[in-house]
Amino acid sequence: MAWYVGRRLLQMVPVFFGATLLIYFMVFALPGDPIVALGGDRGLNPAVVEQLRAHYHLDQPFLTQYVLFLKGLLHWDFGTAFNGRPVRDLIAAAYPVTIKLAFLALAFEAVFGVVVGLIAGLRKGGFFDATFLLVSLAVIAVPVFVLGFVMQFVIGVKLAWLPTTVGGDVSLRTLLMPAIVLGSVSFAYVLRLTRTSVAENMSADFVRTATAKGLSHSRVVTVHVLRNSLIPVVTFLGADLGGLMGGAIITEGIFNVPGVGQALYRAIQQSEAPTVVSLVTVLVIVYIFANLFVDLLYAVLDPRIRYV
Amino acid sequence: MSDVVRPHQDHFFAQLDTALDAVDSVDESAPPASLWHDAWQSLRTRPIFWVSAVLILLVIVVAAFPRLFTSVDPTFCELKNSVRPSISGHPFGFDRQGCDVYSRVIYGARASVSVGILTTLAVVLLGGIVGALAGFYGKWFDSLLSRITDIFFAIPLVLAAIVVMQVFSTKRTVVTVVLVLSVFGWPQIARITRGAVMSVKNADFITAATALGASRFRNLVRHVLPNAAAPIIVTATVSLGTFIVAEATLSFLGIGLPGTVMSWGADISHAQASIRTQPSVLFYPAGALALTVLSFIMMGDAVRDALDPKARTR
Repeated sequence: MAWYVGRRLLQMVPVFFGATLLIYFMVFALPGDPIVALGGDRGLNPAVVEQLRAHYHLDQPFLTQYVLFLKGLLHWDFGTAFNGRPVRDLIAAAYPVTIKLAFLALAFEAVFGVVVGLIAGLRKGGFFDATFLLVSLAVIAVPVFVLGFVMQFVIGVKLAWLPTTVGGDVSLRTLLMPAIVLGSVSFAYVLRLTRTSVAENMSADFVRTATAKGLSHSRVVTVHVLRNSLIPVVTFLGADLGGLMGGAIITEGIFNVPGVGQALYRAIQQSEAPTVVSLVTVLVIVYIFANLFVDLLYAVLDPRIRYV
Repeated sequence: MSDVVRPHQDHFFAQLDTALDAVDSVDESAPPASLWHDAWQSLRTRPIFWVSAVLILLVIVVAAFPRLFTSVDPTFCELKNSVRPSISGHPFGFDRQGCDVYSRVIYGARASVSVGILTTLAVVLLGGIVGALAGFYGKWFDSLLSRITDIFFAIPLVLAAIVVMQVFSTKRTVVTVVLVLSVFGWPQIARITRGAVMSVKNADFITAATALGASRFRNLVRHVLPNAAAPIIVTATVSLGTFIVAEATLSFLGIGLPGTVMSWGADISHAQASIRTQPSVLFYPAGALALTVLSFIMMGDAVRDALDPKARTR
């Protein structure tokens, strides 16, 4: 196991440098000048441009910029946004909100996905199964932002059960609807994943053994079938945590949630390259670590993986 | 076997009136049943396959020849018609700008479908080559290609697309959207291809081909790839839907296709403003988009079930 962990950690190093370099390259080295864009149509005074260029190290060669950026990261310094605010403050303010939202979404998709998937898998081919299979397909096919509008309109405006936007009031009540929208696609995947593996495990030899030795149906299902079916689901959920952080861009925009996604979207719209790079880098780091965590978890849950 | 049977040797031969008898009843003149033949036999009996096939065909025809379906000019908009409900000749009513919604839905198909198909082709080509080379040649070559795949995989598709499209702000076309989605969409196909190739390359028929003198490259192209194609095709079909959604998401954010190109994503984005007065303006482009994506996902599902012998016998 220690060997496996060590190897996975080593593999992560080139991925981290490669991904951050790629992001840095995308934002700074591609055509388009973030400093000139800052001035809008009227343009900036050349002296101001020079000064800003020096401030953001844009007058240095590309690789030097990247190394300076990495050095900043190590010192927990994410640079400064164009309005003079340290990006670190922005991250500190926005991240807790997004993490709350992501975990709420995760809880929603895990609980409902597993329960519905279990029932559907036990009754494969039945009415319940067919209905929810159709629902899951529809949820996957409808873009998240359409679902967001519709829920906002129906539940928020027409029925007035939940507040339509979050704004400054970040609480369980306000975050509930955005979390359901954010977790909806993954809910469909969790449902389908649970259903398939429950249906598969129901005909496995160990389940027949468990039934044959006289265990009750409920015990066979909860202890033997569900536990074994959850292995792929747990790994999916772990990997999804990173994905939810990224998917938050859309959801946070629709529901006006003051999180990372919204900060990132605003930074992109205002062409604030340094802010974009820092926010995306943090998201990617979370994503890489979530994937690492999942791989390790998978090795713990399923011993066969370790020896491959 | 010679006809001469020495005494006491006859009991070494199988008695052909036993279960082995059935071997003789197999019709040898019939064409050999291949995986694809079996899959097709199973597919043609499934209604889901036909429904999605018809829908996909319809969307492609609409995208290629929008004039067949409407004679109304989607760019002819009159503000006096703003959010008017449907009247004869304009079945879906008008949007906020007074444009005909039905004709915009018809003309919007082209952007979504071409982005979906072109991106999928590019992704299969790029990811397929990288995955096949990594899986087939293995060793350090595999490690190198896999790490490169990991790097691109570490950046979520929509996130990367948003960042790059922002940079492309002055030249957004279908080609740039396809390019951006392909550059960040290929790792998934590469991983699937690598796995499929690795599971096939040690099969006995590959050893047999090598023994018959096939070169490594010929083995890869003629024997390994055709037998590893099933999971690649299934993944590609499903991800076609994902790319269509990704394009709509970008257009929704205002950084996808330019305003001059009609697309469902952009129309949905514009409909946001009038959802409270007339929800149908949102409903039609969103419904068209969802139906298109749905038919590709259902097609992928049906093909996967047909290609998986375990699922078929149940």
